[in-house]
Amino acid sequence: MESVGSFIAYVIIALVIVIFSVMAVTTRKILRAATYLLFVLFATAAVYFQLDYEFLGAVQIAVYAGGIVVLFVFAILLTSHPGNSEKKLESRKNVRALLLGVTMFVIAGISLAGRTESFLSRPEMSFIDMKSIGTALMGTGHGQYLLPFEAVSILLLACMIGGIVIARKK
Amino acid sequence: MEIPMICYLLLSLFMFCCGLYGFITRKNMIAMLISLELMLNGVDMNFVVFNRFLFPGSMEGMMFTLFAVAIAAAETALAIAIIVNVFRVAKDIDVQDLTTMKF
Amino acid sequence: MESTMPILILALPLLTFLVLGLLGKYMKHGTAGAIGTASMGVTLTLAYITAFTYFFSGSPAFINTVGERLQSVIFNVTWLQFTPDVFDAAGNLVKAGLAIKLGFLLDPISAMMLVVITTISFMVHLYSNGYMRDHDGTPERGFQRFFAYLSLFSFSMLGLVVATNIFQMYIFWELVGASSYLLIGFYFTKPSAVSASKKAFIVTRFADLGFLIGILVLSFYTGTFNFTDLTSTAVEGMTDTYQVNIGTAEWIKNIFATSAAPIFMGGSVMTWALVLIFMGGMGKSAMMPLHIWLPDAMEGPTPVSALIHAATMVVAGVYLVARLFPLYLMETTALDIVTVVGALTALYAAMVACAQLDIKRVLAFSTISQIAFMMVSLGVARPEHHHAVGYMASMFHLFTHAMFKALLFLGAGAIIHAVGTNDYTGMHGLRKYMPITHVTFLIGCLAIAGIIPFAGFFSKDEILTAVFSHSLYWYLWMSIVAGLTAFYMFRLYFLIFWWKDHKVTGHHAPKDQPWTMTLPLVFLAIMSVISGFFPFGDLVTWNGHPMYKSMSVLTNLEQLNWFVASVSLVTALLGIGLAWIMYKNENPLPSRMRQFMPKLWDWCRNRFYFDELYMFITHKIIFNGICRPIAWFDRHIIDGSMDGLASITNKASESIKGLQSGNVQQYVLAYVAGAILLGLITALCVL
Repeated sequence: MESVGSFIAYVIIALVIVIFSVMAVTTRKILRAATYLLFVLFATAAVYFQLDYEFLGAVQIAVYAGGIVVLFVFAILLTSHPGNSEKKLESRKNVRALLLGVTMFVIAGISLAGRTESFLSRPEMSFIDMKSIGTALMGTGHGQYLLPFEAVSILLLACMIGGIVIARKK
Repeated sequence: MEIPMICYLLLSLFMFCCGLYGFITRKNMIAMLISLELMLNGVDMNFVVFNRFLFPGSMEGMMFTLFAVAIAAAETALAIAIIVNVFRVAKDIDVQDLTTMKF
Repeated sequence: MESTMPILILALPLLTFLVLGLLGKYMKHGTAGAIGTASMGVTLTLAYITAFTYFFSGSPAFINTVGERLQSVIFNVTWLQFTPDVFDAAGNLVKAGLAIKLGFLLDPISAMMLVVITTISFMVHLYSNGYMRDHDGTPERGFQRFFAYLSLFSFSMLGLVVATNIFQMYIFWELVGASSYLLIGFYFTKPSAVSASKKAFIVTRFADLGFLIGILVLSFYTGTFNFTDLTSTAVEGMTDTYQVNIGTAEWIKNIFATSAAPIFMGGSVMTWALVLIFMGGMGKSAMMPLHIWLPDAMEGPTPVSALIHAATMVVAGVYLVARLFPLYLMETTALDIVTVVGALTALYAAMVACAQLDIKRVLAFSTISQIAFMMVSLGVARPEHHHAVGYMASMFHLFTHAMFKALLFLGAGAIIHAVGTNDYTGMHGLRKYMPITHVTFLIGCLAIAGIIPFAGFFSKDEILTAVFSHSLYWYLWMSIVAGLTAFYMFRLYFLIFWWKDHKVTGHHAPKDQPWTMTLPLVFLAIMSVISGFFPFGDLVTWNGHPMYKSMSVLTNLEQLNWFVASVSLVTALLGIGLAWIMYKNENPLPSRMRQFMPKLWDWCRNRFYFDELYMFITHKIIFNGICRPIAWFDRHIIDGSMDGLASITNKASESIKGLQSGNVQQYVLAYVAGAILLGLITALCVL
């Protein structure tokens, strides 16, 4: 019964992702594109939850949905000329790009389908608690990530300063 | 009724291809950035799915996704700063029209 | 001897050059002239004191107990050490390594040259103060620059004559050439002056190539550049004092003879080395066929012609041969070449001088002829004939010739300055207008013609005596040249000062020039009279040994070979008489003579077409045969291949420029398409 529930959940999630992905890249209004992206990101978070990565799902919602999309909205409001934004978004190279995307999907899909591992079902996994994530991030041993953690923190700092310098009014 | 791995993988692949299509067809820089986020998200999901299905005992994939999210945030912030600056100078963020510094 | 004074002799002109060259722009013209002249005056005094000390002080460093004059190295600084000195175990010098040194060598000829150079240079400096102005006394443009160049030249020439080694001589030799180039091209806005300076520089450079090769050959075999090591031996018990010794030259010859390759192309290597060194001398001293630059060098200001192209620089070749004379004695073939070149040049230049219309050109060719006399005299000098009287005669003639030829040039300069043209046709009958110039010029002409008791008589008589004792044939030849000399000089004299009355009168009539210009004339005229009585036989001989027992002002008269003297007097008087008949008063005789032998006249007038020959060789043969093909190769093959590469690159980049559109979406499209293609290929290969 649980598996039926999760299957239904999967179908819903998959539908959301497929529909809003397509709409995000085809809509003519930029603000709508951002909104559709937000939906896709939420659906992705739902996938994470379904795969038992609660922490990752939370991060996805907090950072992507809460942070990045808000940034997008700000930027759109700062840069759009109300009225002529539709024309700007008009797509070109439709056929070629579409062909490319479809080919890619087909080829990668076929090669995925050609492997037996692809049809494995989900094994059991013990619950990942915050403590193990914390030690993994703060340790220096095998399977621990202090160095990337620090590197990312420096990157974020640099990015913050760079953003201020670039966007500052001369 | 178990959901096999390929369902999730096809989902992420679809997201990636949509992002690709959008990146090539969009003219507006912000719209291109949105497509980019879509692609990145698809890749992130791939990491998680592989981790969950093939190596349930470890959490490398999850950690990769975690860092990728952080880097995506940084990248977006910087890109948007640049876009805003470009807009301020050129009054336009259409990649086709920004040809001042081209040969 | 203290080295302060010799250093000052060299340093003062150099310092003056630097001061005038760098700061001259900020000075008044008069100040610059005064500085240059005063500095040269001090140098003159120092040089006179040095020379006087050398000849008459009797110091053991300069003269030994039997009255032989010695060579004294005042100072000698190592400049470039090529091979290290060799010491034995006890630390004593075994063999000096090859090194270029800069120093100061005092011996009879260098002391004499110091006197000649400083005297003429000072006179020319003084004279230039008047000459380099127009009729109102306004200085010409570049007045300061002119004096700077004169100082540079004086420095170089002094450095040349006091050189202790052949490489120092070469360095100053080139400096002299460079300053000569600068002075000939002084009027650099005049195309003829520019091309004359280039011609002089290129011709002498070409000759110097031979000189350099000669130096290298000589030093390669002997392992030394020093004159004292090549021709002299050290005096026992004295430091830095040497005596010319034929034994050293024989030892050098032995080095060549016992070397691995003593013969080259039918001559001994030593002969080749000496002839190549003489080639440098031929270039500087304008011997045929390298004489072509000297007549054109008259484009320079007249004082320059007097200083450089009559009295000092052009005798550098003679000085060079005299400096290495003991080595030349070892290879009489080389001396014979010197004789033949000199004799041919003497006759050629005298013949050409008879037909020139430009006053300075006549003097230029007469200079060539007189220097050739000196060369012949060196060429016939042998120790067995009157103690190498030719060597002494050559140096004697160098001295007297410097005086009277500078006088003639400065006189000519005064005339040109007064009349405003170089051409005879504008200047007949000047004797009434310019009395001082007239008298001094006449003295110069008498001196060069060889009339007793003027200076040229004694020196030329010594030369003819030397030639006479060597070979009768050359004696006759040189006597004819001496007669021709008298003829063309008096032709010049009569055409300028007599012939017919001058047309211009009144305010614009030519007149004697200011004192700065007449004073040198008078001084040099006096020198032209009295320098013949200088007892050169005692002062300057090839090995320092005095020729005569006594030394007084009458020595030269007493020692005359009266046969030679009377013959040369008669020829000179014949030449003068012919000139008198033809040119004293206006008459049709000269033009009738010209019609009588038109071919000879044309050839002489056009300098035997030497310049045309050179033009033919350089333009037709060298330019067409060698330079054009090389230029073609350079332009079409080398440049062409580079141009081809460049244009191919350019075209290629133009055609693929569109690929780098800067459009990131296009890139992504291409990139993903490529990735898919790769994936497909991989998939096909795997399946």
